[in-house]
Amino acid sequence: MTSANLGDIKPLTYRIVGNRPITDIKEYEAIDGYLAVRKALGSMSPADVQGIVKNANLRGRGGAGFPAGIKWSLVPMGPDAGTKYLVCNADEMEPGTFKDRMLMENLPHQLVEAMIIAGYAIQAKRAYIFLRGEYVLAAQRLNDAIKQAQAAGYLGENILGSGWSMDLHVHTGAGRYICGEETALINSLEGRRANPRAKPPFPQIAGLWGRPTVVNNVETLSNIPHIINRGADWFKGLSQGKSTDAGTKIYGASGKVKKPGLWELPIGTTAREIIEEHAGGMRDGLRLKAWLPGGASTDFLTPDHLDLAMDFDTIMKAGSRMGTGLVMVVDHTQSMVSAVRNLEEFFARESCGWCTPCRDGLPWSVKMLRALERGEGKPEYLDILQQLTRQLGPGKTFCAHAPGAMEPLQSALKYFRSEFEQGVARATAVQG
Amino acid sequence: MIICSDNTKHTGPDSAPYVLDSADRAEIEHHIHHYDDPRAASIDALKVIQRRHGWVPDGAIQPVADLLGISAPDLEGVATFYSLIFRRPVGRHVIKLCDSIACHLTDYQAVQQALEQKLAIGFGQTTPDNRFTLLPICCLGACDRAPVLMINEDTHFDVAPEQVSALLEKYL
Repeated sequence: MTSANLGDIKPLTYRIVGNRPITDIKEYEAIDGYLAVRKALGSMSPADVQGIVKNANLRGRGGAGFPAGIKWSLVPMGPDAGTKYLVCNADEMEPGTFKDRMLMENLPHQLVEAMIIAGYAIQAKRAYIFLRGEYVLAAQRLNDAIKQAQAAGYLGENILGSGWSMDLHVHTGAGRYICGEETALINSLEGRRANPRAKPPFPQIAGLWGRPTVVNNVETLSNIPHIINRGADWFKGLSQGKSTDAGTKIYGASGKVKKPGLWELPIGTTAREIIEEHAGGMRDGLRLKAWLPGGASTDFLTPDHLDLAMDFDTIMKAGSRMGTGLVMVVDHTQSMVSAVRNLEEFFARESCGWCTPCRDGLPWSVKMLRALERGEGKPEYLDILQQLTRQLGPGKTFCAHAPGAMEPLQSALKYFRSEFEQGVARATAVQG
Repeated sequence: MIICSDNTKHTGPDSAPYVLDSADRAEIEHHIHHYDDPRAASIDALKVIQRRHGWVPDGAIQPVADLLGISAPDLEGVATFYSLIFRRPVGRHVIKLCDSIACHLTDYQAVQQALEQKLAIGFGQTTPDNRFTLLPICCLGACDRAPVLMINEDTHFDVAPEQVSALLEKYL
């Protein structure tokens, strides 16, 4: 297939041939790079750009699936709207997720181009890429791409004669998973501790320095130039009838599969196809026991769920969340208690400490899970863990961190309860 | 506030007065220009100090806070929140081993054991010769090539326990 044809079905990745990154602006321009910027700024109004993205039904690829066009439509527009900001959430720290790194390292200009169009759509004055500090190569390539885009007139004053000006900066973080939470990210970008903020007001009304701010994920933004070039109907058709969601999705697999990796596929592709076809199935001698659909903060599913479409609504109906869409597999030799203990240790360590259920509840769950892992658990631990999934659940905490942490725990208790029961100390179990 | 005056006085071995040199100052001021409020450069500024010294000495907090126009306790609150800003001395090389779920499922524990045996330290510790500090870190976003670790700014993929000795030899 020629690259132009491939661009019709794999818009986000067709330009990457043989894992070779495209860092030079001339090379990117030669394969339709910055064409969408010229089209949007040259022949479309900001309302037109917002409209096409809304019609395309582009849902947020950071994990929540909120429609990007609707997010943008809440931003005040018009001559009196004042200073506005666009922020790209590139703080990829959801365990098991490595898609944004690939997009930024291999196609930095695609993200820069996308941010220019998104910035134009909301008439932002300034844009930031909030990048985790550990992504050293991505930082270097993005900074380089921004310099080249500035020199080419795509960023800065009066971009392509449109009368609109925007600058773009890379802000690198210094750790802490909670920075990926959109309001904590804003606090961090302001140079504060990354505690989440109360919503409402939503960032689109009062975000960075109290001004209207849109925060979008790397993969979400990267779709935008292609929607501008090829249209909303084309984007909706990308799912090839596999889902009511639109577009492609960068799926992935990790854990003990034969060929872990990333694949851009129609949204709604099944987990079976991802794991068995693209990832080559489990390593020899291992059987699939459980899988996480898209990150540490999603509920475990079982082999019975493999034929479900990997889209936001279908996985939600099955009691989990698609999250970032990067699957992690647990094989039949691995302990669910250990896996959940590892997950809860992560969440306990990364809690910002702002609210009590999260700060104190998560370490408590870790303490009990460690005891169960050693076979020294008390009989009441299973009930207490079950209670915690409610007490740290939605509506009980300031942000989604603890509820996210409870998703793998509640699902492991639901599907693999006997493994937890086996962790109860024998002597006590007999007495009990 | 009464408590602040005592808390901002630095005592002990790290209380040496710290002078921001002109290069530090210029680099921090460059970062400040990227934001509409100078305090947003807090993390950038702390990283400038850390690149120079390996960590952020107590004495640096006040002059950096002055440059950013915020109080020292405010900047200290930021410095102590972020896990990759070091408020204690670290070794010449900092090893950050991913211990999140994808690496758990691909046996990072064997790599941890090899590192701990080779260096005779655990997580959070520094070797007596001040060469290495070993830290756990949140998922490094390379789960298709797990287990993963970073040494300083270098990322190492598909790390096997038997490679650990040779890997460490590259960092003197």
